[in-house]
Amino acid sequence: MEKAAVQAETTKEYLAIVDEIARKYADAPGSVIPVLQQTQARIGYLPMGVIERIGHSLGVPPSRVYGVASFYSQFRFNPVGKYIVKICHGTACHVQGAGAITAAICDELGVHDGGTTEDGMFTVDSVSCIGCCSLAPVIMIADDTFGRLTPAEARKIVREYGK
Amino acid sequence: MATSGVVAEITVGLSSCGIAAGARDVYESFQQKLKGRGIDVELKRTGCVGMCYREPLVDVAVPGLGKTTYGGVTTEYVERIIEEHVVGGKPIEEWLVHLEGRELPDDAYLAPQERIVLRNAGSIDPESIDDYVDTGGYDALATVLKSMSPDEVISVIKDSGLRGRGGAGFPTGVKWGLASQQPGDMKYVIVNADEGDPGAFMDRSILEGDPHSVLEGLVIAAYAIGASEGYFYVRAEYPLAIKRLEIAIADATERGFLGSDILGSGFGFKVKIKEGAGAFVCGEETALIASIEGQRGMPKLRPPYPAAKGLWGKPTNINNVETYANIAWIILNGAEAYASYGTETSKGTKVFALAGKIVRGGLVEVPMGIRLRDIIFDIGGGVPEGRTFKAVQLGGPSGGCIPEEFIDILVDYESVTKTGAIMGSGGMVVMDDSTCMVDIARFFLNFTQDESCGKCTFCRVGTKRMLEILERICAGEGQEGDIELLEELGEKIVSSSLCGLGQSAPNPVLTTIKYFRDEYEAHIQEKRCPALACKALLTYEVVAENCIGCTLCTKACPVGAVSGEKKEVHTIDNDLCTGCDACRQVCKFDAITVR
Repeated sequence: MEKAAVQAETTKEYLAIVDEIARKYADAPGSVIPVLQQTQARIGYLPMGVIERIGHSLGVPPSRVYGVASFYSQFRFNPVGKYIVKICHGTACHVQGAGAITAAICDELGVHDGGTTEDGMFTVDSVSCIGCCSLAPVIMIADDTFGRLTPAEARKIVREYGK
Repeated sequence: MATSGVVAEITVGLSSCGIAAGARDVYESFQQKLKGRGIDVELKRTGCVGMCYREPLVDVAVPGLGKTTYGGVTTEYVERIIEEHVVGGKPIEEWLVHLEGRELPDDAYLAPQERIVLRNAGSIDPESIDDYVDTGGYDALATVLKSMSPDEVISVIKDSGLRGRGGAGFPTGVKWGLASQQPGDMKYVIVNADEGDPGAFMDRSILEGDPHSVLEGLVIAAYAIGASEGYFYVRAEYPLAIKRLEIAIADATERGFLGSDILGSGFGFKVKIKEGAGAFVCGEETALIASIEGQRGMPKLRPPYPAAKGLWGKPTNINNVETYANIAWIILNGAEAYASYGTETSKGTKVFALAGKIVRGGLVEVPMGIRLRDIIFDIGGGVPEGRTFKAVQLGGPSGGCIPEEFIDILVDYESVTKTGAIMGSGGMVVMDDSTCMVDIARFFLNFTQDESCGKCTFCRVGTKRMLEILERICAGEGQEGDIELLEELGEKIVSSSLCGLGQSAPNPVLTTIKYFRDEYEAHIQEKRCPALACKALLTYEVVAENCIGCTLCTKACPVGAVSGEKKEVHTIDNDLCTGCDACRQVCKFDAITVR
């Protein structure tokens, strides 16, 4: 019972966030993507209730909002960890061993690529090129970029963040 | 000591790659160590000069000593640079990348370049509009508004021979002309900064290093076609570029380079930034427009072209970042000056991003028509020592791999296309004998099938089938006829897809089959990966005469595939082995081989 009450409270809070963001875009055509982006930036992901609310607020069918959100790789429908470890899989990183970096980080954190650690600290996410090709292989955690990595260094970096 | 009275400038390169290499720590360390020293040093920041392989880079200018650049700077260098160079007046030899008046090995990287697009990169502070204006910035805009008609601007751009730098190479002046001829008082101009090709990072670097140059080009384009609103469509993965663009737009508005009455000319133009949401196909112009309109980024059939019916159904001009960055230079220096670089059909300069198995990786801007060999070997320094050059991948997922036999081609749109690759946005990923070409083809197909928007069946399903075949080949399960099947599927996808993504997705496979068929055959017939890259095809063995039984490898193996008692020769169970190479890397006695 208590759990449900907490959940209702959270949902209420999320919907208030959507309303606040959508208000700024009330008349702007093409506002679906910016509203989705800003909502995700605040909440961390896009639960279905939030998608519906965005649709109603902008006067767009929720099915269309979901259609847009699911088209773009940026949008997530499940909660993520405190830190998202983005592992670059651009061409240069691939050639320089991004696969081994992914394997090391997944092994270190005990998750599959795309998964979130049990303690909610890390989500591992293989991404396409982040444009630091000359420093390949590269990973990004929060806004910090790390380049010229070896698998051992990659392990060390995630360990540091976990502290 | 406290007041030596030296007037010096220290400039730290703070672009994404510099920061990734530790430049922010270096900058902060200079800030700290200079504080309270009482020496008159101005600490500045700049974008990327392009020498990514030497990042972090620090320029030191002390009067009478000439401009000096240090490479690979860490916080540990900071104290010595201040003491020995700034105060003591003696540049530190061992860290030099560049010293005015002296020949150094790294000069080979910068000397052959002709920098038009990158004219300010690595020398001005990208967050200072004054720095840009001091180099002649916005002079071109002033000239255009004061003394040129829109048609005159378009004819200068036509005469310059500039072609779209995003990939397709359509003549920019012609594109502008088409949009300008359209009736209607509402038109748009868009900067395509959705740089999606893995291996290309020039647009990011330009936006991070010299955002005003792109903005100025955009305002000139708007004037030429009669647009009053514009958009920057930037990848969300480029937060620093977005931040610097925001600063540039705010400053330019304040100075009257943007707004309702630009420089008193009566011409008005405003611009917004739209962040992409992660879809490679949005680099295609009709998909990009759909994305700005808040829809799924799916390409539409052309015609109508955006020039006639683009954003919100209005005439729209779209060019990429590098294209716009050329405009102000062309206006100020003339079409002839620009056209004096390059070949008959490909004028001017082009920025290339060098990465992969190369000694000096980074951004280079060279005249069109330069030999491919000159870029990779003279400027880039070739592949690392002990390895042999195999191919260079040009044009990203839409491009192809150019083998060594074509290393002497001239780099222009037509010659590159003849090899089966494309110029694309200019990403060059160099590959050596340790790169497996089947694996590279698989890598690109994995990318394109993932990014296919799903509209055309051949692209959506065909790329998936091609990927499955390639995965099978890399896993040692290739069959007779697979190569032919890949070729057939590839040709069908090219001919049956609506947009550039599908039409070019098979290119990496088709070019690697064309030039490296023997590698495919080795995988399929002999179950062998000549580059030793496909893990499923590797066999690890212990060299009995070298093994001393130190047990390092047994401890390193994560799956327990290596066994053996102390001081006895070890063995490897290849059924358990995952090919992670850990055992070979820890062995100090060359006692483990792979084939």
